[in-house]
Order: sequence, then C-alpha cells, then structure tokens
Amino acid sequence: MAVAGEVEFDSERPSRGPLALATRRLLRKKIAVAALVFIGAFYFCGLFAPVVAPHSYTAQNLDTVNQGPSLSHPFGTDSLGRDMLSRVIWASRTTVVVTVATLLTGGLVLAVGLGLLAGYAGGKVDTAIMRVGDVFFALPGLPMLIMVNATLGARIRGMGWLVAIEKALRIEGFPDYVVVFGALSLFAWVGGARVIRSQVLALRETEYVTAARAMGASTWRIISRHLLPNVSNIVIVGLSTSLGAIAGTEIALSWLGVGVQPPTPSFGPMLFEGGSIRTLQANPHLLLVPGVIVAGLMFSFNLLGDALTDVLTPHAR
Amino acid sequence: MQGLLPYVVRRLLWAPVILLAVSFIAFTITRFGPGDPVRVAMGQYSDPAALERVRHEEGLDKPLLQQYGIYLKNLAQGHLGESFTYRNRDVAEVIFPKIWVSARLGLVAMLIVFAIGVPLGVFAALKQGTWSDPFSIGILLFFQSVPVVVSVPLMLLVFVLKLHWLPAAGWGGVFDSRIVMPALAISLPGIAVVARLTRATTLSVLREDYVRTARAKGLREFTVVTRHVVRNSLLPLVTIIGISLATLVEGAFFAEYLLGVPGIGQFAVKSVQGRDYNVILALVLILTTTFIIANIIIDIAYTIIDPRVRYERQRLG
Repeated sequence: MAVAGEVEFDSERPSRGPLALATRRLLRKKIAVAALVFIGAFYFCGLFAPVVAPHSYTAQNLDTVNQGPSLSHPFGTDSLGRDMLSRVIWASRTTVVVTVATLLTGGLVLAVGLGLLAGYAGGKVDTAIMRVGDVFFALPGLPMLIMVNATLGARIRGMGWLVAIEKALRIEGFPDYVVVFGALSLFAWVGGARVIRSQVLALRETEYVTAARAMGASTWRIISRHLLPNVSNIVIVGLSTSLGAIAGTEIALSWLGVGVQPPTPSFGPMLFEGGSIRTLQANPHLLLVPGVIVAGLMFSFNLLGDALTDVLTPHAR
Repeated sequence: MQGLLPYVVRRLLWAPVILLAVSFIAFTITRFGPGDPVRVAMGQYSDPAALERVRHEEGLDKPLLQQYGIYLKNLAQGHLGESFTYRNRDVAEVIFPKIWVSARLGLVAMLIVFAIGVPLGVFAALKQGTWSDPFSIGILLFFQSVPVVVSVPLMLLVFVLKLHWLPAAGWGGVFDSRIVMPALAISLPGIAVVARLTRATTLSVLREDYVRTARAKGLREFTVVTRHVVRNSLLPLVTIIGISLATLVEGAFFAEYLLGVPGIGQFAVKSVQGRDYNVILALVLILTTTFIIANIIIDIAYTIIDPRVRYERQRLG
C-alpha cells in the first residue's frame, strides 16, 4: 500500500495504456496477487508436467501401496502405488489443456465471434444466432454435457486423425481433451455472446463508429479498432469468471466417467476413488490431496475473477 | 404493468419451440450412442433374425426423423420410453417418485441458501469498510469454490467417520437427520451467490434518500434496516432463484449419488454409468421444461413485485 499523500509526479514517464493501468491496479490487490501466484504455479506444473513430475503417472510400485505422505512421496501413494504428487501434477495438465482450449474455442472464437457478428450485422443473422443461442441456453448444462460426452465421445475418440495429432503433438489423451473441451465450448458460448452483442448494439450507434464509417473505414477495421477494444474488458471479466466453472465441469464429467478416460490422469477420477467411504476410512490422503488442490484452484479463480471485475468494470460495482 | 400480457404470450408461444428444438437435439444425440440397445437387451442370445425382429418392433430400423416422430407421439401420451435398467417399465413411472424426493431435498436446500445468504449479505453490507465484510463474503466464496465431489466426502470424513454425529447415507424424508448432509452439500455453493447479490443491492439501497429520511426521523437502526433497507434490497433476489435452482440440480447429481439419496440425481449418475440413454433424455427434457417454466414465472413475478419493471420489446426466450 502506498503511503497516503505521497503522490508521484513523474512527467518523464510516458502515459500508460488502459491495460497497463488495469494490471497495476490488479497487482495492488494482495488477494488477487495470491490467487494469481497459485494459478500461475498450477499452470506452470500443468504445462511442464513431464519435467516437473518426479515420476510417471502410470509408474506403479505394488510394494508401496496406499502410503501416507513421506519424504520420497510427499503426497503419498495411491492404491496401485503410484506417486500422488506426480498424479496431481499430470492431472493439472488435463485441467490446463481443457481450460485453455475451452477459453480459446468457446470463449473467444464462438462467444466473441458470434456476439460481434450478431450485434454488428443485425437483421436475420442476429436473429438466427440469438435464437440458436436461446435453444442452447435452455438446455440444462450438466445433463446435456454428460449426454454429449457419453454418446458422441466414443465416436470422436475413435477418429483416426485425432489419434494422429495425439501422436504428433505427444499429448497423451488428446482425443479425450477434444471431446471434453468441444462439448464445453458448444454450451459455454451463449452467455458471453449475449453480453457482447448487447454491447456492440450500443457501440454501433456511437459517434466514433459513425465517423469511422463515414470516413470509409472497412468493416474489419471498425470491428478490430473500435468495437473489440471496447468490449475487451467485458470479455476478460467474463472469461476469468468462467474459468472456474470450466475446470469444475471437466472434473465433474471425468468423475462421472464420461470425461477424460484413464490412464490419462484427471482430478475427477482421483476424487471419485478418494471419495468412497472405505478409502476415506483407511487413506483419507487420497481425497485430501486432490481435494485441497482443486478447492484451492477454484477459490483462486473466483478471487481473481472478482478482482478483475473490480478493476476492469468499476462502474458495475 | 404495461406490456406484460403480450410479453407473457410471446414467452409462452416461444417456449414450445425451444422445447421442440431441445428435444430434437437431445434425441438425435442419444441415437449416436455407442452400443446397440437391442443387442444389449438381448444379451447372450443373439439370433440375427430375432435381433432384426426386435429392432423392427421397437422402430429402430426406421429413419431418424420418423423415430423422433414416434418418440414425440409417445411423449404426448406421457410415455418417456423404456428404461434399460428397469426392464419393461416406462421411464416416467420410475422417474416421478424420484423427482418428488429430489424436489423436497431441493426445497430444503433452497431454504438454507436464502436463510443463510440473505442475513449474511445484509450483515456484510452494513459492515462495509470493516474487516467482517470481506471476511464473511470470503468464507462464503470459499464454500462456493469447493466442488460437491470434494465437500461431500469431506463431510463424510468429519461428521460420520470422526465425530459420529450423522448417519452415513440414506433418505428418510425432510424430517430425518439423513437430510442434513445432502442439503448442506448442495446449498453451500449457492449461498455465496445470494449473499453477494443481497450485499450489492443492500449497499445501493443504503444510499437512497428514504433511508436517510428514516434515520433523520430518529428511527432505531434496527427498524431502518428491517423496514426500509431489507424489504427493498430483497427484490432483485427473485431473479436469481432460477440460477440457484440450476446450481442445486447440478450439485444433487453428486451429493445424491454419494449419500445414497434415491432422487433423480442419483438416478441420473447410475443411468450414465449404465448408458441408459432413455433416462438421460427424459431428464434433459424434464429439466429443460422445469427451467423454462420457472424462468417465465420468475419474470412475471418480478413485474408484480416491482411494478417499475416493464417488458416492452426486450429479449425473448
């Protein structure tokens, strides 16, 4: 916290863009920084799982089954003697891939793309997009995701080109990821698209857009230079608040057995195994290890989302 | 309440269209499921001629659109299709007693959500600027962050295995100690939503002129808060009943399964595991109908509670 009254006058410094200002305001919030650190560490572990994890997620050692935390296995071992720390790190990779992929496809491409298109094009295009959105919005999220994953999942997993990509990119479980984030994006875009559309509808009538059009600016230029920068704050806030829900849904789907399939590790099956009453009685660490990490991640997402809402849309407070 | 009637009529006319679209999407997806239901039903006995005959009797050899037509016709007569797990019984017969269980559980959970959320929200707003405001909201936000698949096993660990306060699982109606854990588990994530909205609306009401007037009249703070502030800050809560309902349903999937409550949540999870698509399809349709009707009722109720709200030509759906 800066000492009150100690105002800086630094005329040498170039004026800051809105993004830099927002970042600075965000970094002043201690809770937001703590959440960012947790999320950062989690994503680092997930991205660099092959390097970070001390063991493979499939390496079994039946001599050391269901051990509590120890020096050689800080988080203990599971019922097959696999190192829990490594399992958790590899499971976080699943969360990382699914959240990032859903954000890019469902959040950015579908939500922003369709929202902009509906708002800017108007007329029949707008009606068509929003009516389709109404239908998707009415579908109950979780049951529908379960159904899509359970029925179409097997077909998509069997597609040859997906397996080829899996081999080429060396991401184990790539077809699983596609099934999960594909279904998530399909249902996640409506809320965002509606908000962006209504913003664009208002922005379209502003003087500077009219002026740009009068000067002969192309549609692409109006969208990229005038509309996108003005909806970017809402997009960032919306995406950040939905991150927790996306990560949570993947875990829920995998918990139910229709998401990411073994042997690819995910927090869902780990929590399922750890949550049975017999395991709880004998080896509570099998629930506590993934449980605490998942709860911590969700909490961090929520706190960060809150802080970003405060920083980027102050008028909405 | 100008424009209310046309608005309601529009909504009511639009609802069947959405339901039809939803049912078609959901129906089509179930027909893409892995495994042949007839082959599953026949088990070991698989005479090709018999398979063909059953397939013909069930209408599974007809084109998709025709099958959908038959499904709709049966639906109109109250048949939701045969469950694979409960042989020779219609899904409707099995599902409605389970819905009754879940509805009672959901009602209790909803009461908990509002009974804790509203007072805490008002409390946080009145304490704005002190540590108790962010502290109480932070705790609720943490509860919101813990997924049900983590919180239920944790409760089992603490209340059942360690403290022996509660029975582990089962269902005995609303006035039975076995309702405590499932009701708490599915209400905890929603409390934060209600509390934060109450806090936000209370804060804006506190700035109103009539609150200052009430204080200036010399009314006791308690009277000001209960009569002038809370009554007015509760109005917007009506709008999030729908969202809370969705949260409850999603939580019920996991809580009912883990705690042995014979409701639709447990039924849904078991149906997913048994790939009983007719049940999931029926659930999707029932939930969609419920949410659409609930949202229409909420919107209408809102205009009656707060006559300032008008629905001229806003959104449909």
